[in-house]
Amino acid sequence: MRFALRRFGFFAVTLWAALTLNFLLPRLMPGNPALAMMSKFHGELSPQSLNALEILFGVNTHTSLASQYVSYLHQMVTGNFGTSLDFYPASVASVIGSAIWWTLGLVGVTTILAFLLGTGLGIVAAWRRGGRLDSLLPPVFVIASAVPYFLVAMVLVLIFGISLHWLPYLGGYNVTSDTPGFSLTFIGDVLSHAILPALSLLITTIGTWILTMRNTMITTLAEDYVRMARAKGLPGRRIMLDYAARNAILPNLTGFAMSLGFVVSGAILIEYVFNYPGVGYMLLQAVQGEDYPLMQALFLLITVAVLVAILVADIATALLDPRTRTAG
Amino acid sequence: MSIPLSLGQPAGEPRRLPSSHALARMGRAVRSNRKATVGAVLLLFFILVALFPGVIAHDNPSLDAYQPHLGPSTAHLLGTTAYGQDMFAQLVWGTRNVMIIAFTVGLATTGIAVLVGVAAAYLGGLWDSSLGVLTDVLLVIPLFPLLIIIAAYAHGGGTLLLIVVITVTSWSYTARQLRSQALTLRSRDFLQAARVRGERRLYVIVMEVIPTMTSLIVASFLTNALYAILFASSLQFIGLGDPNTVSWGTMLYWAQNNAALQTGQPLWAIAPGACIAVLGAAFALLNYAFDEIGNPALRPVRRRARRPELRTVPGSGRA
Amino acid sequence: MPEVLEVSGLSVDYVLDRGDVRAVDDVSFALGRGEFLGIVGESGCGKSTLLFAVAQLLAPPARIAAGSVRFKGANLVGLTDSQLCAVRWRDMSVVMQSAMNALNPVKSIGAQFRDAMRAHGKPPKDEIEARSAEVLRMVGIDPVHLRSYPHQLSGGMRQRSMIAMALLFTPDLVIMDEPTSALDVVAQRSLMVQIKELQLAYGFAVIFVTHDMSLISHFSDRLMVMYAGQVDELGATRTVFDRPLHPYTQGLLEAFPSIRGPKVTLRGIPGNPPDMARLPSGCRFQPRCPHAIDKCADVAPDLVELDEVVVRCVRRQDGSLPVTAGQEIAGQEIAGQEGSLSR
Repeated sequence: MRFALRRFGFFAVTLWAALTLNFLLPRLMPGNPALAMMSKFHGELSPQSLNALEILFGVNTHTSLASQYVSYLHQMVTGNFGTSLDFYPASVASVIGSAIWWTLGLVGVTTILAFLLGTGLGIVAAWRRGGRLDSLLPPVFVIASAVPYFLVAMVLVLIFGISLHWLPYLGGYNVTSDTPGFSLTFIGDVLSHAILPALSLLITTIGTWILTMRNTMITTLAEDYVRMARAKGLPGRRIMLDYAARNAILPNLTGFAMSLGFVVSGAILIEYVFNYPGVGYMLLQAVQGEDYPLMQALFLLITVAVLVAILVADIATALLDPRTRTAG
Repeated sequence: MSIPLSLGQPAGEPRRLPSSHALARMGRAVRSNRKATVGAVLLLFFILVALFPGVIAHDNPSLDAYQPHLGPSTAHLLGTTAYGQDMFAQLVWGTRNVMIIAFTVGLATTGIAVLVGVAAAYLGGLWDSSLGVLTDVLLVIPLFPLLIIIAAYAHGGGTLLLIVVITVTSWSYTARQLRSQALTLRSRDFLQAARVRGERRLYVIVMEVIPTMTSLIVASFLTNALYAILFASSLQFIGLGDPNTVSWGTMLYWAQNNAALQTGQPLWAIAPGACIAVLGAAFALLNYAFDEIGNPALRPVRRRARRPELRTVPGSGRA
Repeated sequence: MPEVLEVSGLSVDYVLDRGDVRAVDDVSFALGRGEFLGIVGESGCGKSTLLFAVAQLLAPPARIAAGSVRFKGANLVGLTDSQLCAVRWRDMSVVMQSAMNALNPVKSIGAQFRDAMRAHGKPPKDEIEARSAEVLRMVGIDPVHLRSYPHQLSGGMRQRSMIAMALLFTPDLVIMDEPTSALDVVAQRSLMVQIKELQLAYGFAVIFVTHDMSLISHFSDRLMVMYAGQVDELGATRTVFDRPLHPYTQGLLEAFPSIRGPKVTLRGIPGNPPDMARLPSGCRFQPRCPHAIDKCADVAPDLVELDEVVVRCVRRQDGSLPVTAGQEIAGQEIAGQEGSLSR
């Protein structure tokens, strides 16, 4: 119980830190960047929207920093992220709402696949220590970790999209010929557009999962209880899964969640290369269009998502490890 | 399985590594480990290119005097860009920008991390817990989006901004790692001996602790340099670096802007991308090799034939 | 009586980058039915490695370099894991030093018992439960703990549940690697007594490795003293205690205080065990031996039988060190505590 409270506490602190960062950044930059943005839209925004933006960015206010901070936090908590400038007059919240499903689908599915495939390969590689898989893996994935995400995406586009014409490589679906809905053609279209981006993300992220799983497995295999399992004459597969893997995976779960930060970075770049209409692509569009409210909100969203994932991983670790369950 | 205690370790003698000894040991390790050698050679190659670009590429990279859209030829090894610039020259001269970023960020980040991390380990208390909280928080906040936001507010900065911003967001993780190691070293025998000899704390820290952490410090430098390259080029790629600097990332930016892949100029994007990958791989290989050197359990296992003792006839035992 | 175990010329090497190091050198001994053999030695002498080699549980970089291990007539060396499965646990089981490390932390005790039983045939569920409860009761643990996880039990209970697990099939041989070292003295003694009682009741042979000579001397039938990978002395426990032949054995005996008996000066054995990669010339013990002469550094002694005991000592073998030297204290030890199995 205390463990859960501590984690929630950490969650809260980090959330607060992200919010504060968001608050301070535009105010810290020399010559408040929001100023220029605001003047562009001065005549077109309603007084409330204008006010909300002013609070967000600290423009035209003659109140103290502290009271600005308080109003800012109040706005955040009530979910008022302001009006999007790029997609005026839509509110930031609604704009994000449309993009979020694309990213959830892409990142969600790919992460699950990478996790399953990655841990599986890592387990087998460590079990057959010195075998082909084991000696091949480390150098291959060391190199893979250095390859920038967008390069993988570009190479895939070049080969499968442009040269071979096998798969589409722009957007989430064919905008000209399809309308969103639950028709089979639409779903098929979505899936075919998702293959290349998903493949890019899978290739770039699976490496860490395999490697860390393999390394913890190697350490676990040296434990006494694994030797004991051998002494009892247990079949190989049971030892590998029930005795070794179940213990090896525990310290990795939180690490997996932490690495989500990198998955997110990868997703942003990959969405950019493929013009995939997700949250990452939207962030970059917002940057280019100087749509600061949208930018801020997306940053917060991404941070919260990573935090939630870490929390989930922590809870999962606690549930799977009987030692934490019965302890405090 | 624990190897019998008396296997090559003279009992009771504390292990200490003055920095010169540590560096020599690393040099030997690099030469014997294949991965490390490859990595070191590649790195050296890029360093040389960065130092002497004019020797290899004779064209001015920014000069747009040539015919655009040319394919590779003897005159232009990689062809020309959509603006009529020589791609090969850009690639070669761009190396300098990338190496500057990699080394500056690597050194700065590691330097700050050493100071703060070791200080936290020795000063303890509030310093230590603040560092802990700061690191945990920064670890969780996704760095790349944060970098994007900062760079966006600054309306895209030059190389200096990139360096500063990446350094500021990266040092804390390394600081934490170094702190952990410094903590474990605090209580080791040879440091106790130094204290008993009456050495002042600062002396102990600088002359004994830090040299012993050499391998971790080097590993941190390599990791930070690697991430600096990846982050910086990514930022440049999406247009948040200064598009007028000659760098691999900016080449990619212009390539993407001109739909290089679709319009039949794939080299414009693939060449700088591949260079980033190769340089990154050099750092990563060196880093991985150091990992193996430090943790022998991870070293490649020579695959022996299953149970060689099967072949040997059980010896005639003596009663 | 047919021997349960016959080890012949067993040698174990550690394959390292800088060359192979021999951790166990040409060890031979035999074990009869129901016999209790104690193996004593300092840390690093190779006794644990020897145990694992006998149980075929070595892992790289260790490997059996030479010799045979005949268990009930069949040589186990060189068999694959699946071939060994038939013998494992059913006829030969293992108890390790630290139960906390030897038990899977994420599975309950009962689940681990079940795994062992299911690995050898397909007994029905109730049979598994009945037998699991029975062995726990044998070691004095309430069967309700089958549902517990290892970390929920006390140290002593964990060790005893390991012993219970080892007896699931009432094997012919139980190999124990310092099972009492992690316990306090009181728990140690009570565990030893329990092991001895079980052994007498069910008739299995025991190989018991420890560094604590005084503890083992009350329970073992025969005693084997190891030093630097070799057997230095082997014989009936009482004989070895009454009349230790090897100077190392003498040193070990003199290093343990006795509550009863006259006050004597404790003497440790000066020096350290040798670096196995750089062994001294001749006898391995001579740098630390109070009786060493020049010849000891020239000749590497073989194991030789001398008055019902085998011993590896240059001076004992050539007679230059008479058998009667330095025996007084040891004799009193055994005489005073003989036959006391009271808790």
